[in-house]
Amino acid sequence: MTLLHAKNLTAHFLTEEGVVKAINKLDLEIREGETLGLIGETGCGKTVLGLSIMRLLPRNVKIEGGILYGGNDLLKLSEETMRGIRGKEIALIPQNPSTSLNPVLKVGGQISEVIELHQGLKRGKAWQKAIELLKSYGLNPSAKGITQYPHQLSRGMKQRVLIAMGIACNPSLIIADEPTKGLDAIVRTQVVESLRELSSEKRAMLLITHDLEVAFALCDRIAVMYAGGIIELAPTASIFNSPGHPYTRGLLNSLPSRELKPIPGFSPSLIDLPQGCKFHPRCGHCIEICRQNYPEMIETEKDHYVRCFLYDKS
Amino acid sequence: MAMVGIAVIFLFILMAIFAPFIAPHDPLEQNIVERLSSPSTEYPFGTDDLGRCVLSRVIYGARISLLIAIAIVGITTAVGTVLGLISGYYGGIIDEVIMRAVDVNIAFPGLVLAIVLASILGPGFLSLVIALSVVGWIGYARVIRGSVLSVKEKEFVEAAKALGVGDWRIMFQHILPNVIAPVMVLAMLTMGFTILIVSGFSFLGLGAQPPTPEWGYMLNEGRSFMRTAPHLMIFPGLAIIMTVLGFNLLGDALRDTMDPRLKRVKIE
Repeated sequence: MTLLHAKNLTAHFLTEEGVVKAINKLDLEIREGETLGLIGETGCGKTVLGLSIMRLLPRNVKIEGGILYGGNDLLKLSEETMRGIRGKEIALIPQNPSTSLNPVLKVGGQISEVIELHQGLKRGKAWQKAIELLKSYGLNPSAKGITQYPHQLSRGMKQRVLIAMGIACNPSLIIADEPTKGLDAIVRTQVVESLRELSSEKRAMLLITHDLEVAFALCDRIAVMYAGGIIELAPTASIFNSPGHPYTRGLLNSLPSRELKPIPGFSPSLIDLPQGCKFHPRCGHCIEICRQNYPEMIETEKDHYVRCFLYDKS
Repeated sequence: MAMVGIAVIFLFILMAIFAPFIAPHDPLEQNIVERLSSPSTEYPFGTDDLGRCVLSRVIYGARISLLIAIAIVGITTAVGTVLGLISGYYGGIIDEVIMRAVDVNIAFPGLVLAIVLASILGPGFLSLVIALSVVGWIGYARVIRGSVLSVKEKEFVEAAKALGVGDWRIMFQHILPNVIAPVMVLAMLTMGFTILIVSGFSFLGLGAQPPTPEWGYMLNEGRSFMRTAPHLMIFPGLAIIMTVLGFNLLGDALRDTMDPRLKRVKIE
């Protein structure tokens, strides 16, 4: 069952330097209860996709297409209704734990605020619930953790506080934006463990990351994003064992555990995107048609989709 | 120095609260026989031209000066903070309207505007409070707006939005605590200034009306006897100087503690 369907989604930033085409005709389904990994290099539009689902993009963004969720198009809902969905049905775990908590408020208050808002609990009860939540995420609130300010917590602890805030109201979809960015190996393992607990419950998660190992460890399916579009979408094992798109293969080959071989060239400027397949200037298998036309999604195996002319039988 | 400031302010506040117990005489009681007498054990600060105890009048005067100053600073801080928050947070046309109102207010010399307002509304404390509040909020609005502009772009504000927190709650719960520090300093500093202005208005006859014991008005009364009975002006004047100094010292100290850049680093 589809939980959320981004349909023909386009998000363009109107800036003084030109139109930044962050998302181009993107089509992506998130199924109920699955953990979908969204991988791709920096600046390919991963975070913008997360923010457009939450409808938190700045005002200079022109957004087209639809985001279907529960029979509604999120892009057409009123701001009021949207506010009721944020945090309650779709929650965002933000990218940067050290700046995403309010420095002058105690962490307990920040968690219980969400609970107060969406579940209508009184302050004392919400506070109790916040303590329980923190306990289940390996923070010990009895050791005054909950009455502390964010600067007193370590980065990993802050990340877990944010995770607790995200799931406080039991949302059906969590968007985790680079949850392991900038964490050391030990803390990364802890955060991955907390995320694994989250994903094992009946809750869908969109895991935005460029840490391939984390994606492989946690996700059911993986979508590879390049220059604002999905270029490959497949179950994790399938992506890992038989990557279809030359870009995905390049990504996997650049892993230290494999060949540590980088993809030549740079990712294209989103203002000035190449014609045809967005990857063709860097692709070793580029043929004439790649320069002209944008390929369609082609099902190479069951449930494995690749956007590449190499698989076009016609 | 902060301690001196706090001590002086505390002293005057105690004086204001316990005025009936401290004052040796009724501030309005006239004793014509003893008029214009120099300081003595019976009248420590002497008496004025109607034979009223200057010490008692100075003590009761603290009530009025502090009360009016607190009222004005309270109103201007509240109004300025709310308008500054709204202006900075929403931006656009709302911001334009509020900020142009501020500009218009700044374009007029504030004191002249207050005098005009006070004379239109007629002399008295209420018109004084209204007049000074109308011109006083702009400083706070500007200070708050500036800080809000930078804080509202911070990630924790976005994170709060992503959790479904509404605009008003973000403004007052999440942004306000981050921008309130400079307002506290400004409030302390304007407190002293406001006491001075209120005395000034009373001196000009636009504030306190006789026989209310008010420092500025007492200065005005004592003016004609300055040569023969200088104590009529010295003591109310001293009271004004000390309270203003107290609030300024405290304001300076607050600013130094709240601005980490001004903290001196000791290198051993």
